[in-house]
Amino acid sequence: MSTCDLPAYQIAELIRAKQVSALEVLEDTLKRVKQVDGRPGEVDAPAAETVEDRAAVHAFTLVTEDYARQQARQIDSQIQAGEDPGPLAGVPYTAKDIFTVRGIRSTAGSKILSNYISPYSATVVERMQEAGAVLVGKVNLDEFTYGSSSESSAYKPVPRNPWDTSRVTGGSSGGSAAAVAAGEGAISLGTDTGGSIRHPASFCGTVGLKPTYGRVSRYGLIAFGSSLDCPGPLARSVTDAALTLQAIAGQDPRDATSATVPVPDYLAEMAKDIRGLRIGLSEEFFRVTYFDSESMELVENPIDDQIRDAVLSAAGFLAQLGADIVTDVPLPHTKYGVPTYFVISRVEASSNLLRYDGVKYGYRTSAPFADLRELYRKTRGEAFGVEPKLRMLMGVYLSAAQFDKGYYQRALKARALIRQDFEAIFDPQGDYRLDALLTPTAPTTAFPIGSVYGDSVLMQYSDQLTVTTNHAGIPGLTFPVGFDREGLPIGAQVLGPDYSEGRLLSVARAYELATENEDWRSRRPPILADNGS
Amino acid sequence: MTDHISQEDFRKLADLASLELPEEEAEYLRRELNNQMVSIEVLESIPIEAETGLAAHGLPYTDENSPLPRPDVARQDPHRQEILDQAPELEDGYIVVPDISQEELD
Repeated sequence: MSTCDLPAYQIAELIRAKQVSALEVLEDTLKRVKQVDGRPGEVDAPAAETVEDRAAVHAFTLVTEDYARQQARQIDSQIQAGEDPGPLAGVPYTAKDIFTVRGIRSTAGSKILSNYISPYSATVVERMQEAGAVLVGKVNLDEFTYGSSSESSAYKPVPRNPWDTSRVTGGSSGGSAAAVAAGEGAISLGTDTGGSIRHPASFCGTVGLKPTYGRVSRYGLIAFGSSLDCPGPLARSVTDAALTLQAIAGQDPRDATSATVPVPDYLAEMAKDIRGLRIGLSEEFFRVTYFDSESMELVENPIDDQIRDAVLSAAGFLAQLGADIVTDVPLPHTKYGVPTYFVISRVEASSNLLRYDGVKYGYRTSAPFADLRELYRKTRGEAFGVEPKLRMLMGVYLSAAQFDKGYYQRALKARALIRQDFEAIFDPQGDYRLDALLTPTAPTTAFPIGSVYGDSVLMQYSDQLTVTTNHAGIPGLTFPVGFDREGLPIGAQVLGPDYSEGRLLSVARAYELATENEDWRSRRPPILADNGS
Repeated sequence: MTDHISQEDFRKLADLASLELPEEEAEYLRRELNNQMVSIEVLESIPIEAETGLAAHGLPYTDENSPLPRPDVARQDPHRQEILDQAPELEDGYIVVPDISQEELD
């Protein structure tokens, strides 16, 4: 077995015990990238995708080979000198291309930042480095994180699902999820604004953790919805997610919204017994709403039985481990999650995107222009893709005084109600007194590439089970709970009250241990077998 | 398609968002925006009581989790030249801003 398929905690142990060097581990990873990833995404890429393109993962927008070798050599010299390089010593990881890394191209998957070399690093990237992790590269995403399939990136070819390369990875952290699933780095840093860590993690069969808002610094994260954005880890095991959260969590003077709450020992929290925990199930999360573009109406249906059964089976395992499963938990405002998100996220996005102007940095039109306004219009019209354009236009429509119909105020109130739903079920003196809620992560498994993209409403409803977590600011952790009949991964998520990441990790870890001998646990993405990896 | 956003509204929006859009793309974008309004309109149906507050953040910021403001001190950024080098047009260490048009606002 290649070191690519080992969990991060084992890689770090082997490196610290000098059984393998950080450089050897990195070379294994770079070899894996060459085997499975195909050509990296590029802007204005040669149009047609080839047969080879359709059989590769395309997680990366940039492989930082030399940069990574330099870091790996440094880890090895620290080990030789008897120093401790940190808990993630020599662990190869990738970062969604929404995090800035000093001296490295940081594009947000957009043409408008395609020439941007960041002069500073995101706090989480610095913290990963301090913990000894080695950055292998930047991975693809929906443009500016706007989407749920990673197909809107300006960097083509877009990522493909390692479990079936005709399917999407989910999104927006699709490159992160695909890279982790295919062993191209043990960990990836992603971001979650409406589900963008958990959704692709679920589609690609990995663990993904959206921390409490403010638990992890947003400094150096190219902003989308500033009241919703949360950086967090994707990994192949719960332990690796805990280790990564430990490395990146905690207050940062450069982010005024980063919380001062002390960071617990997540590995110790993760190892805690789940006996007696009250874990809820809510029917609101077993129903899905979707937009029917024929009738132009929103239609509600029960969720696919395969997903329902997999989540209920997970609840069964947790019950056997001593958890109390509480059914029929009411979260009546769940169905307003997407409409509320359509408003809040668009208003915040349009405000955040006005900074890209072709004057200070990034792309500038090569067409002639008469004045500054024309420069703005041409630069932005040429360099933004349809998703950022949609979000800016909607954000302006919902917030400009001349069009104001009160939707923004109404959405902020709906958000308060969504938050109250969660406060009520987690209230220790309330009717339900839940420690966690268990739900499906996504309403479907990975859908075929091209089947939803272009329908911006249907795509947004792909986030309906994850988005209320972001409105409420609470943490959520997705983990694999099996496969559907087509061999595609199914994810379940546990949600908890503010700063309960440790407890969520303990639930997922208990489930992971209880199911480690299940047949489905030994499955590997077919792309690894096809490539002899 | 529903017509919350008319062609005229759309032209104003594109101007406010500083986007020059080809006709075909504009029509696609307007259709998607109007489809999104079908979802957004659902907000009208939520029973909201008068005392419901506006949640600018999900979780509240209190003395328990809020950092103190940073000291307000000026500092020299160590990467001045790297930042300037990102600009499309420079002159004597300054970023060149093209002429600003004068126009009457609506």
